[in-house]
Amino acid sequence: MKLEDKLKAMVEASGVSGFESSISDTIKSFFKDLSDETQVDPLGNLIFLKKGNADQPIKIMFAAHMDEIGLMVKDIDEFGFISFTNIGGVDTRTLPAQEVYIHGKKDVYGIIGAKPPHLQDAEDRKKTPKIEDMRIDVGMSKEDVENRISIGDSITIKRNLIPLQTNYFSSKALDDRAGILAMLHCFEILNNLSHKSDVYGVCTVQEEVGTKGAMVSTFEISPDIGIAVDVGFGSTPGLSKDDTISLGKGPGITLGANIHPKIHKRLLEISKEHNIPYQIELSPGNSGTDAQSMQITQAGVATGVISIPLRYMHTSVETINMDDIKNTGKLMAYFISSLDHEDLEEFLCF
Amino acid sequence: MLLKRLTEANGVSGNEHEVRALIKDEIKSHVDEIKVDRLGNLIAIKHGKEGYPKIMLSAHMDEVGLMVNSIDDNGFIKFLTVGGIDDRILASTVVDIGKNKIKGVIGAKAIHLQSPDERKTPLKHKELYIDIGAKSKEEAEKLVSRGDYIGFSSDYIEFGNDLIKAKALDDRAGCAIIMDLLKQSYDSTIFAVFSVQEEVGLRGAAPAAYALNPDMAIVIETTSCFDLAGIEEPDFVTRMSKGPALSILDTVTYYNKEITQKIIDTAKKHNIPYQFKMIPKGGNDSGKIHLTREGIKTAAISLPCRYLHSPISVISKKDYSNCNLLLSNFLKNIKKEEFVYAY
Repeated sequence: MKLEDKLKAMVEASGVSGFESSISDTIKSFFKDLSDETQVDPLGNLIFLKKGNADQPIKIMFAAHMDEIGLMVKDIDEFGFISFTNIGGVDTRTLPAQEVYIHGKKDVYGIIGAKPPHLQDAEDRKKTPKIEDMRIDVGMSKEDVENRISIGDSITIKRNLIPLQTNYFSSKALDDRAGILAMLHCFEILNNLSHKSDVYGVCTVQEEVGTKGAMVSTFEISPDIGIAVDVGFGSTPGLSKDDTISLGKGPGITLGANIHPKIHKRLLEISKEHNIPYQIELSPGNSGTDAQSMQITQAGVATGVISIPLRYMHTSVETINMDDIKNTGKLMAYFISSLDHEDLEEFLCF
Repeated sequence: MLLKRLTEANGVSGNEHEVRALIKDEIKSHVDEIKVDRLGNLIAIKHGKEGYPKIMLSAHMDEVGLMVNSIDDNGFIKFLTVGGIDDRILASTVVDIGKNKIKGVIGAKAIHLQSPDERKTPLKHKELYIDIGAKSKEEAEKLVSRGDYIGFSSDYIEFGNDLIKAKALDDRAGCAIIMDLLKQSYDSTIFAVFSVQEEVGLRGAAPAAYALNPDMAIVIETTSCFDLAGIEEPDFVTRMSKGPALSILDTVTYYNKEITQKIIDTAKKHNIPYQFKMIPKGGNDSGKIHLTREGIKTAAISLPCRYLHSPISVISKKDYSNCNLLLSNFLKNIKKEEFVYAY
C-alpha cells in the first residue's frame, strides 16, 4: 500500500477528539509489521515500540495526534433536524453547505443547510451564521432520526482525499494524520537503518482539546527525548511570510520555549547533512502541540517540534504537500540514528 | 441515472455546452426536430395533431458558479461569481475548473490566526481564492486560463427518506422532467426548450419563445423550500415531499389562471399531491416568456428545493415523480382547440 493510499484511509476515517477508537484499527494495521510491540493505554493512545539494538537503549518518543476537530449532536428538533456544537477549534464560517457524517449506530449522511440567497435580506448577508442557529438535515422524521442518532454522537465533515497538482493533497483531518503518516514513513526507513535507541511512536488522543493524550502517554513511557510531529501554518495570500512556512519547502523545525535548543540544533544539522529541505518555524511560548504537555511530564522531558506545512488549518480542505511529509519522516529517522554515537547527558547539557 | 449525470455535468451560465450535449444525445431519438439556436438554447420539437395547441415546456440548463479572474504569482486563483451566490457558502468547498476539470479547493485562514472580529465577519468572495496545488503562476497557467468557468464539485447522493442531494438541481431537475415527458406521445405539439442564461437574468428562454411562438408555455423549475422547525407559514415557501408547487404570482410574473386551474384539476382527478408557492418572491424564465410577442399564456410548476444555489441543494424523489405524473396527465388531457390561440 502506497503512502498516499494510507493517508487516504486515515483522513477518510473519523476520529473526533474523545472518539478516536473509530480510527485505531486502521492505524494499528499500518504499524503492525513495523513495530516490535503495540500497546493501547487507558485513554486510547496507541503506542508502537520499535526496539533499538543497545543493551540499555535511550528512549525517544514521537507524538502525532490521531484526533481531529469535529462536531457533536446537541438536539433533534420536531422536524428531525439536528442542532450541534463543536469539538475543538471549528471556524463556523466554514460550515454552511458542508456535507457530514453523523456517527450514530451507523454513519448517517447529512448536510448543513444554508438559507438560499433568494430569501435573505441585506442584514443577513452581513452576519456570520452562529453555530447554535445551524441545523443538519438528514432528510428524516424525528422518529427515524432518533432510531439512528443519539445526543452526544460525533460528527465529521464528509471529505475524500483530493489529489491536487504537484503532489499536493487536500482533505479534512490532515491535522494531524499527516504527522502519523510521517511517523509511519520514519518507521519504514528505520527497518533499513541501524539505531540503538528504542523508538516509541505514539498516536495521541485529545490533542485538539488540550494536548491530553500526550500527558499520560509521556508519563507511561518516560522518554529521554520527546518530539511532537504536527502541522504548521502554511503560507497563503493574506498571511505574512514571517508567520508561516511554505508548502513544498520541507518540514518546519520549530524554535521556542517548548523546544530544547540542542534538539532544535541537531534537527538542523541532520537536515543539512542529509540534504533534507527545511524551514525554521518560530513558536514563542506554547507551541500548541503535544510537546507542551510532554515537556512538563514527570521531572521534565527534553522536547522538540517538527511541523509539516499545512494550509487552511481546521477546515475540511486542509492542504499539504506529500514531499514535506516524506522529508519529515526522513528527518525523524536520521535524527534517531544520529543519537547512536552520543552521550545523552552531554548532548542535552545546556 | 439521468439526474446524476445531469447534475454532475457542469454548465455555469454562458458555458452550457456539456449539459446541452448530454441532453441532446439523450432525447434525439424521441423527437422529430432538434436544433441549437444562436444563444445556445437547445430546442426539440415533437409534432402533434392538427387542431391541438403548441405547448412550450421550458427548463434552464445553466447553473450558478464561478469564473477565473486572475492568477497570482504563487499560483493562487482569484475568481468572480456567476449568478446569485451567497459568499458565505464558499469557504471549504471543492471546485472543478475549466474543460479539464482541474480540482481546486477554496480554503480559509486558520481559526488560530483570526482575530475575534474576523471570526464574526463573513468571508467575501473577493478575499477568497482557489488553490490547485500549483507551485507558481507559470505552473497554474499551464492548466487554467483567465475566463475559465468553475463549477462546484458535488456528487449526486440519495439520502434520508427519498431525498436527493446534488449541485445544480436548479434546474437540471426541470430538464430531466422534460426529457422524461418527451418519451411519451401527445396530441399537442411539444416544443421542449432547454434554455441558457437563466441565472444571469432570465435571458435565454425569451428568444426561444419568440422563435417557436407557442400557444402556451409551462416552465418547469425548482423553488425555495425553507421548511425548518420554527419557520412558519408562509416563510417556508414550500414544503418538501408535499408535491410540486404551483405559482400564482412572483416578482416577475402573474401566471395564467386557466392553465394553472387545469393543472389543479388534473392533480385532483388523478390524486396527485400539489401545493402553492407561499411567498410571491423570486422568479424564473416565465418572467420573459409571458411578455414575448403579443404575450404567451404561461404557468410554472416547481419542485421544492432546499439550499438553492449551493453545492448541496436537495429535492424529494416523490415530488419529482409527482411532477412528472402531473405534467404527463395534463398534456394527455388537452382537448382539440383547447388553448389554441386564433389570430
